[in-house]
Amino acid sequence: MRSARDALALLGRFFGISLRAQMQYRSSFWLQSVGQFLITGIDFLGVLALFDRFGALEGWTLAEVAFFYGVVNVAFAVADGLSTGFDQFGVLVRNGDFDRMLLRPRSPVLQLAGHELAIRRVGRLAQGAVIFAWAAWALGTDWTWARAGLLAATVIGGTALFLGLFVLQATLSFWTVESLEVVNSFTYGGVYAAQYPLAIYRLAFRRFFTFVVPLACVAYLPVLAVMGRPDPLGSPVWAQWLAPLAGFVFLAASLVVFRLGVRHYTSTGS
Amino acid sequence: MSAVPSAAGGYLALLSTRYRALLQYRAAAAAGAFTQFFFGFVILMVLEAFYRSSATTPPLAWPAVATYVWLGQAFFALLPWNHDLEIEAQIRRGDVAVELLRPVDLYALWLVRIVALRTARASLRALPIAVGAGLVMPAAGLGEWALGPPASAASAAVWVLAVVLAVALGGALTTLVHVSLLWTLSGEGMSRVMPAVVTLFSGMVVPLPLFPAWSQPILRALPFRGLVDVPNRIYAGDIPVAQAWTELALVVAWTAALVWAGRALLRRGLRRLVVQGG
Repeated sequence: MRSARDALALLGRFFGISLRAQMQYRSSFWLQSVGQFLITGIDFLGVLALFDRFGALEGWTLAEVAFFYGVVNVAFAVADGLSTGFDQFGVLVRNGDFDRMLLRPRSPVLQLAGHELAIRRVGRLAQGAVIFAWAAWALGTDWTWARAGLLAATVIGGTALFLGLFVLQATLSFWTVESLEVVNSFTYGGVYAAQYPLAIYRLAFRRFFTFVVPLACVAYLPVLAVMGRPDPLGSPVWAQWLAPLAGFVFLAASLVVFRLGVRHYTSTGS
Repeated sequence: MSAVPSAAGGYLALLSTRYRALLQYRAAAAAGAFTQFFFGFVILMVLEAFYRSSATTPPLAWPAVATYVWLGQAFFALLPWNHDLEIEAQIRRGDVAVELLRPVDLYALWLVRIVALRTARASLRALPIAVGAGLVMPAAGLGEWALGPPASAASAAVWVLAVVLAVALGGALTTLVHVSLLWTLSGEGMSRVMPAVVTLFSGMVVPLPLFPAWSQPILRALPFRGLVDVPNRIYAGDIPVAQAWTELALVVAWTAALVWAGRALLRRGLRRLVVQGG
């Protein structure tokens, strides 16, 4: 059994190759990244328009919402950049490329993760980072090492959660081709929902996104702790600090489901 | 000579074939309906939270907002937020030369094709969402969030016309994009810009009346509101029937302008077309 360090080194090489390949088309990369920056930024225009009209959102200010928005978008952008392999999994299965992956002496998850490091996603990441930076400045957040660490953990946990969703979507393509868009409700829908503080939503919705797809645990709860704002829903502070772990648990669970799918996979040949 | 009837027959056949092909993908339609429901709920919850915090009376009453959002979700498949990748591939590969050999007008062919694609998809997805948001939700006690009935019979009739015109407008927009592919070849730029611009300025992201007052003249000047905003507001009665005719005339004018531009551009493009083999 190869070690985890070996796997990471291999992943690093995959990413290096992918980066160099993409940078061959330098102007295309810039065009795509700037385009993505603008396009995902349009999402925030909607938020701005609503705040311009209504002034406040149930006691939350624009800067606070922007804080949530930035964190969620950065986490999603990273996950999106890492998940091309899982995104295209349906195609890989159908034309037999996945069979080739299974024949290689490394885990298919590793190969799928290393499929591409889509740096054009940096457009969304940059846009999220810019809005977050503005929000942090506007709120005058009191930065301590602990809070910065929690922020990093939040983003990484959020990335893990979204990656888990992409893995689940790939697992679905073992059984269906046309219904994959359901998972978009949770990925893109999740990003849209989590860019607002989850407190504004109905109870059933909040429960689902805390305990089933723990979006609240990688966005709402830890960000409250980073901002130093008390939770109107009354969650304990220790829970807010530990919440990002839920993202990793979710990813681990979805990888288990994926491996189950692989084990029961019967190729249709190519 | 039956040139005109046979040409029309050709387009009708294309329409029906597309329809039947898409009806095969029922599972996709179900998945799509679920996604639309989800997004509809999230958008409404966000808007409701804003409405609760509102100090002044918003320009659109709440029942109208819910109807607006659900209509938008139900007919989302009609929205020209993407272009036909197959046509993009045809142009890139040079297969568009084969299309030119057919005894049909290329612009009309592309227009009918995209209209057929969108109406077929929409007719599959609109019904479950309309039933769910219009009938099931009130029955489940979520009446205030439901898709309400049209403001009046006259509103409903004008709304149907508005939807037809919206389809035509969307088709004209997309066909213009397809024609532009003759120059740009790669649809990459378009597939990035179109979704964002169209969804934002048509009213899918935030209902247009809720945008700040200073932006309303800009929104009124753009063609995209005819796609979602105008039909939805006619249905809800926010645009009274008397005023609706002016709005619809504007939609027709935009469609005509886009068709004219598309045809002119296509003529110019085909004259200078260089097919790089294939």
